[in-house]
Amino acid sequence: MGPEGEPRRRGIEGLLELLPELREMLTRVKQVELEQVSLDIGDLELFIPLGAPGGPGPACGSAAEAARLPAHPQELLRETFAPVRPEYPARIREVVLGATKAEGGSRGRTVTIGGAAAPAYSGLEAPPPHLPVIAMDVFDYRVPLPKALRRHVEEVLDDPGEWAKRLVERYGAEMVTVHLLSTDPLIRDTPPAIAAKTVETVLQAVDVPLIIGGCGDPKKDAAVFAEVAEMADGERLLLNSVTHEMAEARTLEVVARAAKAHGHRVIAFSPLELNSARELNRRLYDHLPPENIIMDLTTVALGYGLEYSFTIHERARQAALMGDPELSHPTASGCTNAWAAREAWMKLDPAYGPQEIRGPLWETINALILLTAGVDLFMMMHPAAIRTVREMAGELHRLAAPDIDRYCSWTTVQI
Amino acid sequence: MAEHRKSIREVSPIEVYQRLPRTNCGECGETNCMAFATRLVNREVLPEACPPILRPESAQAYAGLLALLAPPVRAVTIGTGDRAVVAGGKYVLLRHEFTYSNPAPIAIEVADTLPEKEREARVKSVSSFSYQYIGRDLTLDAIAVRAASGDPGTFRRAVGQVASLTDLPLILCTLDPAVMAAALEEIGKRRPLLYGATEGNWKAMADLALAHHCPLVAIAPGDIALLRSLVQTLRSCGIDDLVLDPGSFTDGGLAATVQAFTDIRRAAFEASDELLGYPLLGVPMAAWLGEEMAPELVQWKEACLAALLLTRYADLLVMHSLEGWTLLPQLIWRFNLYTDPRRPVSVEAGLRPVGNPDRSSPVIITTNYALTFFTVESDLKGGHADCHLLVVDTGGISVESAVAGRYLTAATIAGAVKSSEVERTVDHRYLVIPGLAARLSGETEEATGWRVLVGPKDSSGLPGFLSTKWPPEKPS
Repeated sequence: MGPEGEPRRRGIEGLLELLPELREMLTRVKQVELEQVSLDIGDLELFIPLGAPGGPGPACGSAAEAARLPAHPQELLRETFAPVRPEYPARIREVVLGATKAEGGSRGRTVTIGGAAAPAYSGLEAPPPHLPVIAMDVFDYRVPLPKALRRHVEEVLDDPGEWAKRLVERYGAEMVTVHLLSTDPLIRDTPPAIAAKTVETVLQAVDVPLIIGGCGDPKKDAAVFAEVAEMADGERLLLNSVTHEMAEARTLEVVARAAKAHGHRVIAFSPLELNSARELNRRLYDHLPPENIIMDLTTVALGYGLEYSFTIHERARQAALMGDPELSHPTASGCTNAWAAREAWMKLDPAYGPQEIRGPLWETINALILLTAGVDLFMMMHPAAIRTVREMAGELHRLAAPDIDRYCSWTTVQI
Repeated sequence: MAEHRKSIREVSPIEVYQRLPRTNCGECGETNCMAFATRLVNREVLPEACPPILRPESAQAYAGLLALLAPPVRAVTIGTGDRAVVAGGKYVLLRHEFTYSNPAPIAIEVADTLPEKEREARVKSVSSFSYQYIGRDLTLDAIAVRAASGDPGTFRRAVGQVASLTDLPLILCTLDPAVMAAALEEIGKRRPLLYGATEGNWKAMADLALAHHCPLVAIAPGDIALLRSLVQTLRSCGIDDLVLDPGSFTDGGLAATVQAFTDIRRAAFEASDELLGYPLLGVPMAAWLGEEMAPELVQWKEACLAALLLTRYADLLVMHSLEGWTLLPQLIWRFNLYTDPRRPVSVEAGLRPVGNPDRSSPVIITTNYALTFFTVESDLKGGHADCHLLVVDTGGISVESAVAGRYLTAATIAGAVKSSEVERTVDHRYLVIPGLAARLSGETEEATGWRVLVGPKDSSGLPGFLSTKWPPEKPS
C-alpha cells in the first residue's frame, strides 16, 4: 500500500472514507431527500431564507405593565473587560522523542512534547510551543479488536512492520506504539530477543519515533525493555511504562539504567493518584534526568471513570505550573482505553446508531476531554478519531477572529 | 469590580456560625449550631433547614448567610414546577475544588418552520429520550423553539403547539421583540428563557423579561466587554436572572470559543467579576452554520463541540442533533463531570448480596473499582439475578487493568474467598470469574480449591450466562 491509499479529501469531510457506516446513512438520507423534493414542492416558500431579524424592534408589553417597571437606562452602560492572566511560576518540561541520523538514531524526524506555561487553551495569545502528538497502536500478535478498528488494518494484523507502515503512510501517524503484549508470561511468553526483533522490524519499516509498550508484568517487562533498549541504542524510544510494581519487584533500576545507557525516554505510570505519581518520579530521578520522563496518570474510558482521569490531569497540571517540580512532566494518555466502554463497541438499540460510529466518536470525545486538561501525547487507534482530534487540537491552538455574523444566524437558520 | 468575594473553599464554618442564631436549639437535627455551620459549608444541608433563621426577626442574618453562601455563578431557574431546570449555580472553577452543581441542562431546538407533524414527532422524541446508565435514567432537559420564520403568528402557533405537547422547560429563540412578545402571550407563565437581548434590542427585550418574569440571555458573541455592558444595563433595568452567550464558534473559531468561556469563568472566580457571574450558554447547534457537508458529519462535529463546551464551563446547551450516538456521550459525560470529586474510586471489598440470594446462588467475582462494581451490580439487578457478588480489593482498579497489573490474581481472589468466609454462605464450591480474567482460572482453582466458571467479558452478558450455565453440571 502507498500514498494512493490516502483519503482524497482533507478535514472533517475526509472522515467519510474512514467511517463507511456514516456514508451508508448518508446515502439513505439522500434518497429520502429526493423523494421529499417531489412531494413537498408546495412547501418551498417555507425555505426561502428570511432576513435575520434584529435591531431595535418595536417596544412591547402593555402601557400599564411598562408603567410598573423601573426606569431603564436610556443608553447602554459601557463597560470594559481585561482577562485574568495569572503568571505561573513554572512550566512543563519538554521531552524530545526519536533521534535522527545526525543525532545517533535513524528516525526521519523527532517529536517534542511539553513546554506548556499555562493551563491548556487559556492565554492563547501566547500558545504553547508544541501541538499535542498522537501515536497509533500496533500489536505484536493478533489481538481481538472491535470491527470498527480491525477493518483499517485487517490485512496487516500479523505483520507489525506492515501494520506500522500502513499507519504512517495511510493515516499519517506521527508516532507508532509497538505493544509487545505477547511477551506476557500468561499469553505467549515471547522471549525478549524475539520482542527486540519485532521492534527492529518496525524501526526498519517506518521512520517515525516509536513507543514500546510492555505486557504489565514487572519482571518480564524489565527484561524486554532492557533487551529492546540495547538493540535500539540511540533511537530515543519511549518505554511504556515503568511502574511501582517494578519498584516492588526490584526491576525499576534495570529499566531506568538501560534507558539511560542507550538514550531512551520513559513513561512513568501511576494509578490515578498524584502522590503515587510523585513518588515514582522521585525514584526515577535517581537514574534519569527529569527531561527523559513523561507521566501516564491513567486514562479510564468515558462512562467508566474518565472524570477521575480528567480531574487528576487538571490537578497535576495546576500543581506543576504552580511550581511542583515532581509533576512538571508532559503527560501521556492511552485513549485507546475508550474502547473498553460498552457504549463504544456493543450493539445497542438502533436509536443509538451503529457501534461502528459510536466507537470512534467515543474515542474522539475521550481524547478531546483530556485535551482540555492539557494532555501532551495521545495513544489512539481509530483513524477517524485521530483525524478529528488532530484537527480540533490544531484549531484550538490558533486564536483567530470568529465569524460573528454567521453565529448570529443560528436562531433563524433552516436545517 | 466588586471586592474579592470569598470562594466556597475560603468560607469558614466560623463565619457561617456567626450568622446563625447560635442557640444550639437542635431544631435542624444537629447537636449544635457549629455542627450545622460545618454541614452548610460542605453543602450537605440548605440554610432553610434551620427553622429559627426563617423567622422575621432573623431576616437580616438570613440575608447575610445567603450572601455568604451564594455561588459566584448565579443559579438561574428555567421553567416552572417539577420539570424546571437550573443552570449555573457554580461554586468553583475547577472540578477538584468542590462538586460542580446543577448539571448543564441540554435543550434540543425545534424550528417554527417545521411542518406541524414533524415538530410534534421531534418534541416527543426529546421528551421520551432516555438511556439507562449504572441504574440511572439519563434524559434531555428542555426544548428551544426557534423563530426561523421571523413571523409572530407562526412562532406563536409553534410555541403553543410545543407547550401543549410537553411540560419540559422552553427557550424562546428570536431576536425580534415583536415575535418574542407574541410567543409570550401564549406561554409567558411557564417562565421560558428568552433568547435574547443584544446591543440592538435590549430595551424591548428587558421590558418583556420584566413583564413576564422570565430569565433572559445577554448576547454578545466574540465581545466580552459588550457582554459586561449588556449585563450592567440589564441589571440596571432590574433583571438579575441572566444567562450569558459569548458565542459558540466552529470552523476556525474553536480557540476563541474555549478561551472566552474560560476567561469569563475565571473573571467570575478569580476577579470576583459580578457582571460575569452568570451561567454560560453553549450552542453546539452552531456546527450547522459551517460549510455545507453531509448531515452525519455535522452531527459528528456538533457532538465534539458539545463535549468541549460541557467540559469548558457551559452551564446550558442548545443542540440540534437528536441522534442517539451524538447525545449518548454528552449525557454520560455530563453525569460523570458533575459527580462529587471526593467520591472514592473504590468501593468496600467483601461479599455483597444482589437480589435475594440463597445457599445455592452463584458467587460472582468482581473488582472494587467503583464503576466496575456499579456496572456489574446494575447488570445483575437489571437481569433479576440473585447472587453473591464477591468484591476483591484491587486497589480500585478495573478488571482488565487489575489483571494486567497483578492486582486481580489467583492469590487475591483466594484471599477474598477466605476473608469473606463465603464457604459459610453457600453450599456449592463454584466461583464465576470475569471473562477478562479468564487466564487466571487454572491458578484460581488451585489457590482456592473451588471450581471456576469463566463468565462473559462484559457483565451485560451475566444474566444470560447464568440462565444457561447455572447451576453448573456436576462433574462426574
